[in-house]
Amino acid sequence: MLLKKHGWKLPMILLCTLVAVSLSVVGCGKQTVDASKSVYKIGAVLSLSGPAAPLGLPEQNALLMLQDQLNASTGVNGHKVQFLIEDDESNPAKAAAAIAKLINQEGVAAMIGSSSTGATLAMVPVAMSSQVTLVCCAAGTAITKPPKKYVFRTPPTDSMAIDKVLQYLTGTLKVQKIAILHDANAFGTGGADELAAKAPAKGITVVANESYGSTDTDMTAQLTKIQQTPAQALVVWGTNPGPASIAKNMQQLGMKIPFVGSHGIANKTFITLAGTAANGVVFPAGKMLIPSSIPAGSAWRNAVDKFTADYKAKYGKDADTFAGHGWDAGLIITTAMKTAGTDKALIQSTIQKTKGLAGIDGIFNYSATDHDGLNTSDLMMIKIVNGAWTEAK
Amino acid sequence: MNTGDSKQRKLLWGSVAVVALVVIATLIDKGSIGLQLILSGLTVGSIYALVAMGFSIIYSSTRVINFAQGGFSMLGGMLMYSLAVSGKLPMWLAFILAVLIVTALGAGFERVVIRPMKDHSVITVIIVTIGLSIFMTAVAKWIWGTDPVKIASFSGDKPLRLFGASLVPQSLWVFGLTLVAVALVFLFFNRTLLGKGMRAAADNPDAASLVGVSSSTSSLVAWTLAAGLGAAAGVVIAPINFAQYSAGTALGLKGFSAAVLGGLGSAPGAVVGGLVLGVLETITAGYLPSGYKDAVAFVILILVLLVRPQGLLGRPEEVKV
Repeated sequence: MLLKKHGWKLPMILLCTLVAVSLSVVGCGKQTVDASKSVYKIGAVLSLSGPAAPLGLPEQNALLMLQDQLNASTGVNGHKVQFLIEDDESNPAKAAAAIAKLINQEGVAAMIGSSSTGATLAMVPVAMSSQVTLVCCAAGTAITKPPKKYVFRTPPTDSMAIDKVLQYLTGTLKVQKIAILHDANAFGTGGADELAAKAPAKGITVVANESYGSTDTDMTAQLTKIQQTPAQALVVWGTNPGPASIAKNMQQLGMKIPFVGSHGIANKTFITLAGTAANGVVFPAGKMLIPSSIPAGSAWRNAVDKFTADYKAKYGKDADTFAGHGWDAGLIITTAMKTAGTDKALIQSTIQKTKGLAGIDGIFNYSATDHDGLNTSDLMMIKIVNGAWTEAK
Repeated sequence: MNTGDSKQRKLLWGSVAVVALVVIATLIDKGSIGLQLILSGLTVGSIYALVAMGFSIIYSSTRVINFAQGGFSMLGGMLMYSLAVSGKLPMWLAFILAVLIVTALGAGFERVVIRPMKDHSVITVIIVTIGLSIFMTAVAKWIWGTDPVKIASFSGDKPLRLFGASLVPQSLWVFGLTLVAVALVFLFFNRTLLGKGMRAAADNPDAASLVGVSSSTSSLVAWTLAAGLGAAAGVVIAPINFAQYSAGTALGLKGFSAAVLGGLGSAPGAVVGGLVLGVLETITAGYLPSGYKDAVAFVILILVLLVRPQGLLGRPEEVKV
């Protein structure tokens, strides 16, 4: 009856619809992004200029590499992913303005940033009040202490780095008296305070605690004060270029006590700036800097090997820990969005349930009380010998 | 001589005595550590002196305070990096070229931006120099990025020992350059016709132009000199400080404080002001928490403007009605 009325039109239409539907269903499993699906927008506020630029630029590189790799394959459940990256110029006020803009004007589903503690702390209230998950790349303890529902982090925390340094001071250097020289900003002051608080319990006395401005270039005044104390080691807590100037000043003054830095100097820039003064400097860092320290064949090792090879091929330089922080932040959010889509509350709860995710910084395990994800065993102590990194034994 | 003058004299010698006392007290209290602080202070003070001389020279010729002065130093350092490190030119050639390029830029600024504004008020021109400073920082960021860059010291890093204090060889280059620059500037203003003409024009522009010293030439020469001095300062301090796109602003402000301390418009005053500021700053960092170091420059600025606005070696400004 139908055939008689409409001829071959109806069956042809039915057949085409059937083919189209089955193709799109099959297409979901194929290695392609579906251009008809909405683009997942993820905001990122990073320090691309100012003192924290050496941290933010590699983070941006890693995120863009992740974006390219995802969009070239399955995307996130077939959705293309776009990281909208803003520069906060290492300035907390600009960071707060940038996150507000990304959340309110761009309507991003989740946020990444910033590169340093000060800027991140300025962003936290905005993320909390807008109820948007913020995965940061900064190590300041205050960011997750007390834990805040929407704030997670990827780098090992300052606390973990400090514990690792104390382990090294007591276990390897075996010193009882140390001096601290720290950057006057949030990162430096927070680290110095925590170090000074934890040291006595490990049998270490802090005989001097000096600070310097982030843009200071001559620390001989502070170092001469420290030379007058019985300090057996100097712990320098800050990011480039301050510690490089300090290393050069120590060389100039002929100071022989060991220089133990923070994870803020875990990059080649420190070695370039400090020149020969960098030799002998020790600092805590993620194991990805010396991949051979991670067990071969493990998911973590495989992830690190692939990441470092891809990064080198794409950017022509070695990936550092900061690139790893950026990658992991992007990885954690995009992994969560595979099941949560753009539902902001669901993204938060999914990330919070992450277990055993092998990133670059380590294996991430989050929980309601732990938004840091890593622990001290994800770190190692590195020594600079002849301008290169080696495991500090 | 009225009582105002002798009061001013007492203030001048009083301040000199205070600075001398502070230095001697530091040496006694801290011995060779004190010497270390003073030597570091003299190194950074020499840079302030060179920058301050630039401020004073432009001010005395044109009454303009050039807030882009620090930018000339920054560009000097960055160009040195490009020429000597990226371009692999020999250090001496890179030094000369860097200074020449920035000097040409200074002359260019004067002809293209400043000279056309000669009929505007001085305040307007000063604001334009602030704009220039921002422009130079932005261009530097665009060309060289944000990372600090490393330039090798001119004669290595092996520290020299002096009565228990140590000095890097680069500091000697800083002192040497400052001495040469001061001598050249002195010779120029006291022994050459052009220099003497500029001093005359600074004192009395109308009379000077009547005898053939034009304010246009004065202005151009002043800017050229100031740019050259600033660039030389930037090049010689770069191996110690790491050149960076943002280095101009802080250096300009400290150099300005030093120029005001010494007497804005007085080149010898600029040298005295720079050295005194450098030493006081470093000694302060040796005694107080180091965060107060930067405050020293601004405390001095405020004190000078309140108590003796013409600075240590300047003459009081007279406004003829």
